[in-house]
Amino acid sequence: MWGKLSWAAIPLHEPIAIVASAVVLLVLAGVVGWVLVRGHFAYLWKQWLTSVDHKRIGIMYVVLALVMLLRGFSDAILMRSQQALALHGGGYLPPEHYDQIFSAHGTIMIFFVAMPFVIGLMNFVVPLQLGVRDVAFPVLNSVGFWLTAAGALLVNVSLMVGEFARTGWLAYPPLSELTYSPGVGVDYYLWALQISGIGTLIAGINLVTTILKLRAPGMNYLRMPMFCWTALASSLLMVAAFPILTATFAMLLLDRYLGFHFFTNEAGGNVMMYVNLIWAWGHPEVYILVLPAFGIYSEVFATFSRKALFGYRSMVAATMAICLVSFMVWLHHFFTMGAGANVNTAFGIATMVIAVPTGVKIFNWLFTMYGGRLVFATPILWSLAFVVTFVIGGMTGVLLAAPPADFVLHNSVFLVAHFHNVIIGGTLFGAFAGYTYWFPKAFGFRLHDGLGKAAFWCWVVGFYLAFMPLYALGLTGMTRRLQHYEVAAWQPWLVVAAVGAAFVLAGIGFQVAQLVVSIRRREALRDVSGDPWNGRTLEWSTASPPPSFNFAVLPQVQGQDDFWRRKQLSDAALASPADEEYQDIHLPRNSATGIVCAFFASVMGFALVWHIWWLVGLAFLCAYATFVKLAWREQQEDSVPADLARELDRAHRAARQGSAA
Amino acid sequence: MERRMLAGQPGPAQGYPCRIPKVVLATVCLGLAACGGGVLAPRGPVGHAEKMILIDSLVIMLAIVVPTILATAAFAWWYRAGNARSRYLPDWDYSGKVELVVWFIPALVIILLAGVTWIGSHSLDPAKPLQGTGTVEVQVVSLDWKWLFIYPQYGVASVNELTVPTRAPLHFSLTSASVMNAFFVPQLGSMIYTMNGMVTQLNLEADAAGTYEGLSANYSGAGFSDMHFDVHAVSAQEFKTWVESARGAPRRLDEAAYLALGQQGTSPVLVFGSTDPQLFERLVAQSLPPGPGPAAPVPDAKQPRAKAP
Repeated sequence: MWGKLSWAAIPLHEPIAIVASAVVLLVLAGVVGWVLVRGHFAYLWKQWLTSVDHKRIGIMYVVLALVMLLRGFSDAILMRSQQALALHGGGYLPPEHYDQIFSAHGTIMIFFVAMPFVIGLMNFVVPLQLGVRDVAFPVLNSVGFWLTAAGALLVNVSLMVGEFARTGWLAYPPLSELTYSPGVGVDYYLWALQISGIGTLIAGINLVTTILKLRAPGMNYLRMPMFCWTALASSLLMVAAFPILTATFAMLLLDRYLGFHFFTNEAGGNVMMYVNLIWAWGHPEVYILVLPAFGIYSEVFATFSRKALFGYRSMVAATMAICLVSFMVWLHHFFTMGAGANVNTAFGIATMVIAVPTGVKIFNWLFTMYGGRLVFATPILWSLAFVVTFVIGGMTGVLLAAPPADFVLHNSVFLVAHFHNVIIGGTLFGAFAGYTYWFPKAFGFRLHDGLGKAAFWCWVVGFYLAFMPLYALGLTGMTRRLQHYEVAAWQPWLVVAAVGAAFVLAGIGFQVAQLVVSIRRREALRDVSGDPWNGRTLEWSTASPPPSFNFAVLPQVQGQDDFWRRKQLSDAALASPADEEYQDIHLPRNSATGIVCAFFASVMGFALVWHIWWLVGLAFLCAYATFVKLAWREQQEDSVPADLARELDRAHRAARQGSAA
Repeated sequence: MERRMLAGQPGPAQGYPCRIPKVVLATVCLGLAACGGGVLAPRGPVGHAEKMILIDSLVIMLAIVVPTILATAAFAWWYRAGNARSRYLPDWDYSGKVELVVWFIPALVIILLAGVTWIGSHSLDPAKPLQGTGTVEVQVVSLDWKWLFIYPQYGVASVNELTVPTRAPLHFSLTSASVMNAFFVPQLGSMIYTMNGMVTQLNLEADAAGTYEGLSANYSGAGFSDMHFDVHAVSAQEFKTWVESARGAPRRLDEAAYLALGQQGTSPVLVFGSTDPQLFERLVAQSLPPGPGPAAPVPDAKQPRAKAP
């Protein structure tokens, strides 16, 4: 009846897992209880959970990312403290638990923190920057988000029921094959990522279509804000790369469930195929993450320097060059697998080539500051820290791209330091900059600046303390994923790294405090103008938070940084459109398809993990039925009358005039 | 490239024109010297050459990275909103000359590094034999979670301890008896993966006598952290003595011994006085089965913890 599932699956003998699960369940119960008791459920359901509004979906993506950041970071604290204590087998985490933690940390941070964070920001911002009312496929957008959330849910369920993979975040076979990982951990990993991977593919398709097909009148490609360009590049990579991941995992699943031999030791399986395929997805993946962050920095540098972005066309070319070349370098993740010198050289040099457009971007941001009037709000602090941190990370990346250097640094903690250097310093700093920058657009009030700066400094100091020692340790030959070690000289460095993690913890604490304080003091932090930073692009021309239809009348774009351009002209350029230009606006109706379908997908994933076959079939049928019901819907759109749109639009314009005066 | 050339210069950053990197490197090297070992203290030609490429590339890049970091700080400070002396150029967003420079500087640096990479990758290809006579052959097998070293020329084998002569080319043929691992002796140079059913090639040499740390550099399961071993680099004479004494060991490395080693768990240092000469080939050809993995899969998948040595 229940497949492999039994009470023994609850890890009662692992105090850390049980306490963590209990805390998570308590918090969850508390939130649900609060929502129900206060009678917020109807609001939450109608306005958020079933919303197909790209802004609300974007915000939910970011909320998911922030929640999962807490989970992923808890794992990081456990790892850093374990390694700080683990000399001669010390420490408190046995290998089977420690191995799950680093696997979960990597999986969560990439798939359920970095990905939803950047996708959420793109979802929220791109249609606003393009001057349109929604993404191309609003219901699909909701489905994509909820499938991502379903994957995140499955990963967290593995904490309470069963176990997570102990294979590292990419689950290399044959370790991840049934012979060497007979437990359910790898299955949780695979099904969680299969489900969320479909969500990501959907998000990518949606964004590509939106950017290519839906733009305000006059918004031609070379007038698009830089963030839209990077979002396009990133989404193109999602569309091209995620099917590879899905196919690779599907093959591994066939091996594990149906006795196939794609990657097994026996019967002609070949692990090298898996390693190639996973990195054919994995390398574009890092550019999926970092390109939108590049876009955010471009917006932030321009806005807070009070200047146009320097070398816009170069930036576009550099972005698309990175997009293209990022697909041709995957082999640099395994120079040590024994390919010949010519192959290694080709991929090494191709990798270094990416440093050229990236370098161009760095210089262009520098020259954006040149001749500017810099205002040191929190977003630009993140951006400046990014430039400094990222050039260091880029440098160590080029070092690792040279095969002879990689032969001695591969898989060492030097590599760990490198990719944290570029993912934290690149993607995460960018996501935080974007979060601070667009928060007032999303909610109509700013985040508290002082607490934001405190968080910033803790993060930056913590980052350097945590990862610079790892560079040094990597050079002494310390490899990654060690549960304990015998070299006494490593311990002081690892203690420093653990102190760094404590600083980051303080930074996260300040971020939580910042959010709470900002919400409580929202009236003092209120921005009625819709343009708190003196912005340049179209998202700042509408109200904060924007009405469901974004723009009462679609903007007529006449150049780059169109809103800034209009602000430089006379007041007439910002004047309200004539009465007759306001028309009824049709918006897609909310739909529960996404959340219902993802619910069944989660159940199906869980049932697949535990081999509960009848439940697999049932959940699949229900998910399918959800789609059929959507296809049969009678009414697809709601309409906003022209009068209402005009009224809201004029009220916003009056508020902006008022705050400017 | 000749092996003598590969040996390179052992000192850190000798004779580099740029002063700041020299200081930085000296500091880093001093700091790391305290840790002993590691890739910055190579004891063989491959390690020396790789360290040189590491430092060369680092210096080339620091020449551009350090000014960039300084310029970032300087621009941000000078063009701060409160500075009345800085010029405000709100519409300055294009300059052909600047664009030319920003594309060319990174491109030139990368062309230079690409050259270093091209030459380095070919001369330091792990499969490329080192010059010299008296090459010692070692067959390496990674098991869950121990290392087996077979000396086909001498008919002996050892577990978790590698003894090699100095100043003789070492040729390793590597495979795995279960999951992927990577054979790595940081002070000798290059690492390489081990994979079941396949043989990878690695050529190293030890210049100086000493005991060096070896390890697996690819995570392989619960006992992974214990997959380190000592490499004893000894003089040719001492190596001969070691082989003789090893031949006196009573253990024989045959199929039964291999199957016992294949069980998951760690192992103390073992020496085998005789070996089945076909063992490595049979393993690679998969006529010997790979390791069985966790002995008895428990329903809730909580395997017993690997025993500490």
